[in-house]
Amino acid sequence: MLINALIHTLVVLLLSPLLIGIIIRVKSRFAGRRGAPLVQPWRDIWRLLRKDLVISHTTSWVFFVGPVLGVVVPVLAFLFVPLGAFPAAISFEGDFILWLYLFALARFATAAAALDTGSSFEGMGAAREVTYASLAEPVLFFCLLVIARLSGSLSFNGMFGADIAAMWPTAGVSLLLVALCWMLVLLLENARIPFDDPTTHLELTMIHEVMVLDHSGPLLGLVHWGAAMKLMVSGALLVRVILPFSTGHPGFDIALFALGMILLAALIGVVESVMARFKLPRIPQIMVGAILFAFFAWILVLR
Amino acid sequence: MYWILSALLAFAVSGILGFTPGLRQRLGTALHLLCHVAAAAFGLYGLYRFAFSPLPDLILFNLPLPLGELTFRLDAISAIFLAPVFLVAPLGALYGLGYNQQHTTLHRPRKFRFWYGLMCAGTVGVLTADNAILFLLLWEIMAVSGYFVVAAEDHTPEAKSAGFVYFTATRIGTLALIAAFALLYPLLDLFRFPAAGALPAHPPLVFFLFLLGFGLKAGFMPLHVWLPGAHSAAPSHGSAFLSGIIIKLGIYGIVRVTSFCAAPPLYWGWTLLGLGAISGILGVAFALAQHDIKRLLAYHSVENIGIIAMGLGLALLGRSTDNPALIALGLGGALLHVVNHGLFKSLLFFSAGAVIRTTGTRDIDAFGGLLKRLPWTAALFLVGAVAISALPPFNGFVSEWLIFIGALQTLQSSLSDTAAALMVLPVLGLIGGLALACFVKIFGITFLGTPRTPAAQDATEATWGMRAAMLPLALACLVIGVLPTLTLPTLQMAAHHWTGIISTYPTPLPTAIAGLGWVSRIALVLIAATLLLTLGLRFKARRAPKTDTWGCGYNQPTARMQYTASSFADGLIGWFRFSLQTKKSGAQLSELFPKPGQFYSHTPDGVLERLVLPLFQHIENTFVWLRRRVQNGIISFYLLSVTLTLVALLIYIF
Repeated sequence: MLINALIHTLVVLLLSPLLIGIIIRVKSRFAGRRGAPLVQPWRDIWRLLRKDLVISHTTSWVFFVGPVLGVVVPVLAFLFVPLGAFPAAISFEGDFILWLYLFALARFATAAAALDTGSSFEGMGAAREVTYASLAEPVLFFCLLVIARLSGSLSFNGMFGADIAAMWPTAGVSLLLVALCWMLVLLLENARIPFDDPTTHLELTMIHEVMVLDHSGPLLGLVHWGAAMKLMVSGALLVRVILPFSTGHPGFDIALFALGMILLAALIGVVESVMARFKLPRIPQIMVGAILFAFFAWILVLR
Repeated sequence: MYWILSALLAFAVSGILGFTPGLRQRLGTALHLLCHVAAAAFGLYGLYRFAFSPLPDLILFNLPLPLGELTFRLDAISAIFLAPVFLVAPLGALYGLGYNQQHTTLHRPRKFRFWYGLMCAGTVGVLTADNAILFLLLWEIMAVSGYFVVAAEDHTPEAKSAGFVYFTATRIGTLALIAAFALLYPLLDLFRFPAAGALPAHPPLVFFLFLLGFGLKAGFMPLHVWLPGAHSAAPSHGSAFLSGIIIKLGIYGIVRVTSFCAAPPLYWGWTLLGLGAISGILGVAFALAQHDIKRLLAYHSVENIGIIAMGLGLALLGRSTDNPALIALGLGGALLHVVNHGLFKSLLFFSAGAVIRTTGTRDIDAFGGLLKRLPWTAALFLVGAVAISALPPFNGFVSEWLIFIGALQTLQSSLSDTAAALMVLPVLGLIGGLALACFVKIFGITFLGTPRTPAAQDATEATWGMRAAMLPLALACLVIGVLPTLTLPTLQMAAHHWTGIISTYPTPLPTAIAGLGWVSRIALVLIAATLLLTLGLRFKARRAPKTDTWGCGYNQPTARMQYTASSFADGLIGWFRFSLQTKKSGAQLSELFPKPGQFYSHTPDGVLERLVLPLFQHIENTFVWLRRRVQNGIISFYLLSVTLTLVALLIYIF
């Protein structure tokens, strides 16, 4: 178990920036540019971590806890997640609830750190983050209920274990809806187009990036690193639903999982390239739609 | 058991000593505190002894009372409800020492201490009474002294009207309870509470009367009307006890009277699940719309009562469908949440009181930047806020996790069976998300940023006594969050005492033990990693240059430009427009160079102002009309009424 935990920790700490690199590369290609090298996100994070920092008079220790939990939580949460067919390091009945609430804790800390600056822009971002996330929670619960019901298990290892391939023929529609809803939540929670645009120049229109305006140096580095890890943690389960195969050999399983993650990052890059950001009032409407889709998927498996 | 009764007596006399003529104020306060500490020591020792003898502890005073014997009983259910009482009551008394200063001078402190002590004594009595008459008697003592605690500042119109609403609500509740117990009388042995599972299911009328009587005290959503006003009008330690302990007595009542029945019908569980979901979602929605810090916390009590009701509903469903795991987890989650809410809600009211004491206002939008001025209070409030949002590593997560796992026990059942109980998961998820938003708002707007008013600018830290009252509560929240498995044996025992069946249920639940073991390990790693990294970064930042917050190009931001409580919650309360009816005025800019304007928003309690008050107005009008008709001053009409009544009675008899 310890070795497994070590593998999980190293994978999420070291490989997650690659996903960001792939997204940037795909977007560059769509825009007709060559794009930055794939290692650029590591370079950025490393450069930021070594820098000095500037902080605001207004801030207190709460300001530091936000980025810290933004890094600690994804690392801990990744221990619960199976890497494709390779099992999770920690598994117990009801682990997915702890998993969801760990991310909620990180959200609390990030939003509080944003309010710590006293800036109205960051307050705006914090308000939007907690508002939209509260709609994402029921979606995630419905999605996980569907898979729990189909697999008859209450832990990630059982839910996303060997039977997941056998669920597709019997409950394909539900799983498709689950994958769609999970993708929507993933894009929202990871501050991706069409819900949020981290690269816009206008603070007024951002959600996640506006919360971290005042973080600089190592704090900003942690924020970027944490965001990359969160993308990996939330994407891993989606990859398992879409590529539910297992070869029986741990090495191949991990390779398949890695391929899935790369494809997912490429997909996000494509979505970001071909779509524009939604108007903010549209986001709750879409999330309510996602709740209804997920509810529908749940009704289908209740038969 | 004798220890618990000594605690009851110590609570009861705690305020009386202060009335001794010629006694100085400070000595009276000291005696009050001493009695409370003694009561807590007796009570906690009694509970400690009880923890090692798992059978219900019965005590019988052979007094010639007209309606049965004077009996008290201590079982695991009572013990779980009693534990927070013995913690919150003395800490409230300690807190009261420091509260009595600055902007919040308690109106008549002697009177307040008397009723506070009596309320605590009544609470202990209600939780141990084993006889319906005794129960109702002590219930009344608790409820009436509760009125004087609510209306402690009765020179203000606000407290006066809040006290009136409380009093009306509690009278109606008691009437319903008296009716319910009277209807139950033929089945009881001289009003003695029957053993668990000894009765057939109550008829629907009795069940709904109990639900009305206890629900009014607990504050389920349509019955919560007294709660926000009473909690905001009472002094902060009074609010802490009301919210942390008193409203749980309603839950205790429901737990107790449902335990009498061997096989509760399915609709009991569904009713409680439905009420819980409504209370949970609308409670937090109303809380989001508030910017009075104590009203906001009061609405969160409604939300948490909803969560407890959902756990209890699951346990009742488990009894109806004979599902031991569902019973143990649902009831365990509900009871642990009772304790947890008692701890973190008292903590939140205490720390909110420390803020109110120094700023003299309850308006969140008048605060800001208090973390630098009240570092202790802010950190303790943050503990309470994270705990009540049900986030690890604190205790709120543990009880909600038990309820989640309980609901998941119905995973494989069909829709015609109990599968609908799985809706608890998304509902609790939504409540959790909204509660998190609300506590980010209240913590952020109150303690972070820069002060919005001169009062907040000059705020000072709470006294040592107040801090000493808050610290144990925060520690208790952390201990239950980090070592949750310690609570499982008692919760399991409570499930036994509730169902009355000991042998057939597995002790203790293996799944919950394994899961909670991991929860505690993850919590420890989380705390250690966060502390280490934060301290490391703070060390690196010790010489960092400090500038103003980045104003996105604007150089002269003022404190008033910060996000306010109203603006923070605006998006969320927009979704609940149908129930909240927020009133807004001002902020309409018309001309090219607009003049200074004002914006004002207020969210009244819809149920109280749109339903209860008009209803009572109609009832009053009807009775006025009736009296005018009946009391018309014509003697022959009176004689006719008497004759008609006699005839009606004669017909009834034959």
